[in-house]
Parts: sequence; structure tokens; C-alpha cells
Amino acid sequence: MTVAAHELEPTERLDEVLPSNANGSASFAWWGMVWLIATEAALFGTIIVSYWYLRFRSAPAWPPDGIAKPELVLPLIMSAILWSSSIPVHVADRAGREGDERTLRIGLLIGWVLGAAFLALLLTVEYPEVLREFTPRTNAYGSLFFTLTGLHGLHVAAGLSFSAWVQVRAWRGAFDAQRHVSVQNFAMYWHFVDVVWLFVLLTIYLSPHL
Amino acid sequence: MASYAERLEPVWREGSGLASWVGTVDHKRIGLRYLYTGFAFFVIAGLEAMLMRVQLARPELAVLSPQAYNELFSMHGVTMMFLFATPVLSGFGNYFVPLMIGARDMAFPRLNAFGYWVFLGAGFFLNSAFIIRQAPDDGWFNYLPLANANFTPSLAIDFYALGLIFIGVSTTSGAINFIVTILKLRAPGMTLNRIPIFVWGELAFALTVVFALPALTIASVFLELERRFGFHFYDAAGGGDPVLWQHLFWFFGHPEVYLVVLPALGLASAIIPTFSRRTMIGYTYIVLAELFIFVISFGVWVHHMFAVGLPTIAMGFISAASFMVVIPSGTQIFAWLATMVSGRLVLSTPMLFVLGFILLFVIGGLSGAMFSAVPFDQATTDSYFVVAHLHYVLVGGAVFPMFAGLYHWGPKILGRKLDERLGKISFWLMFVGFNLTFFPMHIAGLLGQPRRTYTYHEGLGWDLPNLLSTMGVFVMGAGILVTFWNWLRSEHQGELAGDDPWGGETLEWTTGSPPPEYNFETIPTVRSREPAWDQPELHGGAQPPEQGGRPLTAGHTTLSTSVTDAEPQAIVRMPHASPWPMFLTLALMLTFYGMLLSSWGVAVAGAAASVGALMGWLWPRGETQET
Repeated sequence: MTVAAHELEPTERLDEVLPSNANGSASFAWWGMVWLIATEAALFGTIIVSYWYLRFRSAPAWPPDGIAKPELVLPLIMSAILWSSSIPVHVADRAGREGDERTLRIGLLIGWVLGAAFLALLLTVEYPEVLREFTPRTNAYGSLFFTLTGLHGLHVAAGLSFSAWVQVRAWRGAFDAQRHVSVQNFAMYWHFVDVVWLFVLLTIYLSPHL
Repeated sequence: MASYAERLEPVWREGSGLASWVGTVDHKRIGLRYLYTGFAFFVIAGLEAMLMRVQLARPELAVLSPQAYNELFSMHGVTMMFLFATPVLSGFGNYFVPLMIGARDMAFPRLNAFGYWVFLGAGFFLNSAFIIRQAPDDGWFNYLPLANANFTPSLAIDFYALGLIFIGVSTTSGAINFIVTILKLRAPGMTLNRIPIFVWGELAFALTVVFALPALTIASVFLELERRFGFHFYDAAGGGDPVLWQHLFWFFGHPEVYLVVLPALGLASAIIPTFSRRTMIGYTYIVLAELFIFVISFGVWVHHMFAVGLPTIAMGFISAASFMVVIPSGTQIFAWLATMVSGRLVLSTPMLFVLGFILLFVIGGLSGAMFSAVPFDQATTDSYFVVAHLHYVLVGGAVFPMFAGLYHWGPKILGRKLDERLGKISFWLMFVGFNLTFFPMHIAGLLGQPRRTYTYHEGLGWDLPNLLSTMGVFVMGAGILVTFWNWLRSEHQGELAGDDPWGGETLEWTTGSPPPEYNFETIPTVRSREPAWDQPELHGGAQPPEQGGRPLTAGHTTLSTSVTDAEPQAIVRMPHASPWPMFLTLALMLTFYGMLLSSWGVAVAGAAASVGALMGWLWPRGETQET
């Protein structure tokens, strides 16, 4: 189906021999996702830099106002869950490229469940726990904590919606070895959200212990 | 067998009528909308400036109240930067980037339509603040703590912060669209070192948006969270720092200045070779200079904050980086001069505007280099000297190239030439009026007149420069009106332009004026940096297949090519017209007005409608490729 450009004679009707579906870096959508991720990374980077800026502008005690240093057990469990979700998503991505629809569906589903578990733990266990000690209105530390983890949580929720969309279409048989750029884009986005969490974890949870 | 044009026409035709008007995804129609809407905002912001100049014509006039004056200078800046300069440069890019790289549309046509609608919606949103008389009044850089809920309790700053977040959606989606278009849709053979310099300028512009705009978005989100919900980012009592706003704003704000100038420099580079009748000297150096400006723009933001009281070592680095900007700017100017001197200069109106631009930009650059020196900056900060400098850079560096662009590309857009005599009258009125308005401000500034004050006392030596400035603004306004009239008049009675009225070197001159909906009958294979000069078979927009032309008549498609060498990779089906981008924009507007008025029910309904509109947009209908 695919013919490299240098093998073509200039007189051939190229529109009949080039692939009529683009995936990966031949498609526009894949590049759109690359640059969406670039600007999103700048968005998170701005908040993280603001966190460090305000930390070093404030009094030596961090967290301030007698707030205890963050507990680490639950966040580390959440991290393990979130990061492990990248494995089935990666498997699904590869299955998508090979046209293995069954593995694709199962991988996406497992990834979705793990992501949802992360979000559920954040909203039902971690936040209520933290809110007993401080709120976003308490001080800049509280504002930064909730803004950064909240924005990341929103991205996990967006990723779960994206996944649901891709899964519905996977069940309807929309993807095969020739057409799977949506799966590739979802996988790229999901890995990005997982990588961002590393920086959130380092900044919000680990750095106050330094 | 039907010709290519006869087979392409029904596939690409969008028709007329309401559905086509709402749903169009044609980059040329969208680009033109950006231009017309952007220039409408230019008129609004220009009238705001005129009112301010009337107030300042003589000492202690009372034409405007102090509050009205504050609103006018704030909205003048916001409108000129976000609703005029950026959108008009996007408009030129939208219209001409696909034509200059030999593509049939932008990479994401519906996202393109969405970007325009959001720009229109956000422009309306920001200006609707005038209707309830709570327009932003803390300047375009909106410093804290003045802008917090204690000192500006009205909705003015909420209009500002939410409006800037909203327009950021448009600018960002447009930037990503430009980047992917330029990387992936270039005609086969248009390797990196054959990309027209204007296209490089749009690429540098788009890259700057991707990395700089998030700082403004986050700064505005922080501000709204602090104003509405009592978060603490900028108030010292809660552990915040008002200087954080300045850092975030200028980390965006300085690149913003360059992202306005970068495509404008590219515009000049598109015009100079055509009217010098020779290839551009130093192509590689100009491209590298544009990319260097993009990089360095992220390292100079603190020079807006030299008077804040930052550590000397930080100011030293930023001062050095600011001086470095002179190098790439000078490189481009010398390359242009060399091209003109060694060519055969044709002094048509577009070239006249480019010459005016070079002169004004050099003057603005000289006063800019003065600000790079910390002591000079501290002595003149917040004076009219700054106002003079920034207008020489922005009006000289961006508005004059835009007008050059109108005269250069007007024949391509309208199919008819603009009147040369009116063009020259317009240029001289604008050039003289501009200098009369802004040169005296250098003097008023050095004599100590502070900016952003609604009046002044007699006898401080400021009377004459202020009177001259006020006279100048009317001369410049007249010059601008002459061009607008020229445009409207030429649309119907101008001399027919033909495909290539100037003998241009880039691909847009090889197709019709105005170009057909599919742009080119065959997507050309490019073998030169100046294809329209070196490949005579391109003329008529239909390079024969034997010479590499690809008709792609089988469907609504364009070609995907590799990033560096532009080798064909795939045929990509392009989406048809769709009303969903406009519906999504309306839903988002509902959301933003809900947030503005703290009507959370409305905001949630708007958000739900947005999700619905997004699903309607993305719902697979079997017409485009799976994305």
C-alpha cells in the first residue's frame, strides 16, 4: 500500500499510489497533539515555577503557618496506580497499529479503570484528608496545592473522556491497521498526563520534605 | 475528459447562503474575516486613542473624566494587542500561508473556523464591558495590587482576565494550526531552505504563542481565583507576591511584542525581493535571525521591570540579553538594504510602506537599545518616552508592514489593483502623521511627562509636544481612512490585476486572483526558492503531471509531506464546512458570561452545551479520515 516517494517516477499518478490514510507522524492530527502537549507543558510549567517562586519569597518555614508536611503514603500509592496505567495504554497503542482489535479494547479499558481509580482516590480520600488541615483560601501554599493538583485532576478527567470516546469507536470497529491515529493520540496524551504527575508529585508532595 | 478545474470545482465549492456563511472552513474566507474584523477593532482602538489625544491637546482640559481616560488607555492597549495586531497577522497568515506553500487549506480547517469565531466572541466579550460601563481600567498590563478585588471591586478586571483567557483559546488553536500546516502541508520539494520568509515569520510567531501564552493564561486564572474565591497568589498577607503577576505577565508580554513584529518582518521580506527584482540576499541569515528573536524573547522579560527593585545580577543578565536583540534585528535590516541596493528598486506603494517601516523600526530600535541600559530605563520608566518607543516599534514595526501587505496582496485578494495614487497619498499622510504624533512624545517624556495621566499643568514645557501629538493623530487617521476607502473602491472599480501583477516570486502568484476554492489545479512540485520565477510551467496554477503536478481530483484532499524534505507521505481527506465550531463558540461565550456574572447555573449550562457541541463536531460521519 505504501510506496516511498523516491521510488516513484515523476510521471506516475502519485495520488493513486500514496496511502490514503495517514497515521503517526504522517498525519496532521498526530502533530496537532504534539503541539497541544507542548503548550500544555508550558501551562503546567508556569504553575510549577510560580510554586517555587512563592516558596522562596516566603518565610523559611514551608509549608507555612504550622501546616504539617504532606503525607506521602497515599500519594505514592496513587502514583503507582496512575503510572501503571500507561502500560496497558501502551499495549493498546501497539495493538492498534497491528490491527489487533481485541487487545486494543482490553488495554484501553484497563487503562481507563486505573485512571479512574487515581481520580477517585484524589477526590474521595486525598482531598477530604487535606481539607481538614487547610483549604485553597488558607494561604498561598493551599492555593498552589489545590490549583496544581486540581488542574492535573482535570487533565486526568479529560483523558478519561478521551479514552471513553476512543473505546466507543473501538467497539464500533472504527480502527484497523490502516486507521488508528485517534488511538495513537490518546496514548500520547495519556502518557503526557502521567509524566506531568511526576512533576506534580516532586513539587507538591516531595519538595516540602527537602 | 474534464479538466482538473472542472473536476475540483464541485468537490471544493462551499456555495453561498447562510449555511455556507456559518460553516465555511475555506482558509481564504476565514483569513479575510480575520482581516476585516481585526481592522474594525483597529478603528475602535484608534478612536479611543483620538479621544485621549483630544483630552491631552491643551493643559487641564476636561473632555474626558479621569475614569473614562483610564478605561480608554486600558482598552486601547488590550484591543490593539489582542484584537487587532495578532488577529490581522493571523489573517494574512491564514490567507497566504497555504497559498505560499502550495496547499489546498490549513491543516485543521474546522479548528481554523473555530479560532475565528472565538476571536470574534472574545472581542465582543471584552468590549461589552463598555455597555455596562465597567471597562478594564488598570492598563493593559494590569498590575497588582491595583487590580485585586479591594482596589478594583467592579467587574472591570473580570472582563479583562476572563476575556484574555477566552481569546487565548483562539490564539493557541490558531498557532497550532499554523505550525502543523507549515510542517506538514508544504508542496513536494519545498524543503526547509525553500520556505518563504513570510512563512518562517508566521512559524516563529506560532511557536512564540505556544510557549509564551500559557504564562498569561495562568496569570489570569490565578487573578480570577484570587478575586472570586479568595485564593492567595498576589497578596502579600496571604503568602503571595504582587511581583509574581509582573513576572508572569511580562514572561508572556515581551514575547507578545515580538510575536507581533515577527510576521510583520516576514511581510517585509515577502515584499522586498519582488520590488527589488532580485532574490533576497542572506536568506539563511534572515531565517536564523527570526528564530533567534523567538528564542531570545523568552530571556528579556525583566527589562520591563528594571524599576521594581530586583537583584542587580538578574538585571545585568537581562540587560545583556536585551542588547543582544540588536544583532538579529540589525542582520535583517542589513540583508534588506543589501537586497534593495543591489536590485532594481520599484517604488510602488507596498515598497513605500516597507521603506517607511524600516526607518521607523530603526528609530524604535535605537530607543529600545537605550532602555536596555538599566540606569537610563530607571530614569525614563513610565514616562512618555516609553510611549514613543513602543509605538515606533509596534506601529512602525507592525502596522506599516500590514499596510504594505494590504497593497501587496490586495490585488490577489480582490482580483483588482488598489489605486497607486491614493496609496501614495495614504502613505505620506500616515508617515508624516505618525512622526508628528509620536516623535514629540520622546521630548515630552524626557521633560518628565508621566504616561497614563489624564491631564497636566501649564508651563512644564509639555504644551507644545502634546499639541503636536494631537494634531498628528488626525493626520495619521486621515491616511488610514484613505487606504480603507481605496480598498472598498478598488473592490469594484480597480484595474483588473491578473494572476501576477507584481511579478512575484512565491507560489501565490501562480494561481488566480482571487484564487479558486481549491487554490491550485495541481499541487505543484517545487524546485526552487523562487518557484514563480524559476519554474515557468507553474503559471496558471496547473503544473502538468509530467512536471510533478498532482491534481488529487479523487476527493476533498490535500497532500501530507515530510517535515524537513517535503517528500510526499500520504493523501489526507479534508473536512467539509461545519456549523459546529460556531455552536461551540456560542456555548463557550455562555460559559464565560456565566462566570463573569457569577451565575454558576449559566456557566454550568454553557459548559454542558460546550461538551455537546464538541461531540457534535467530532462525531464521525465517514467524510474525513479517522482522527
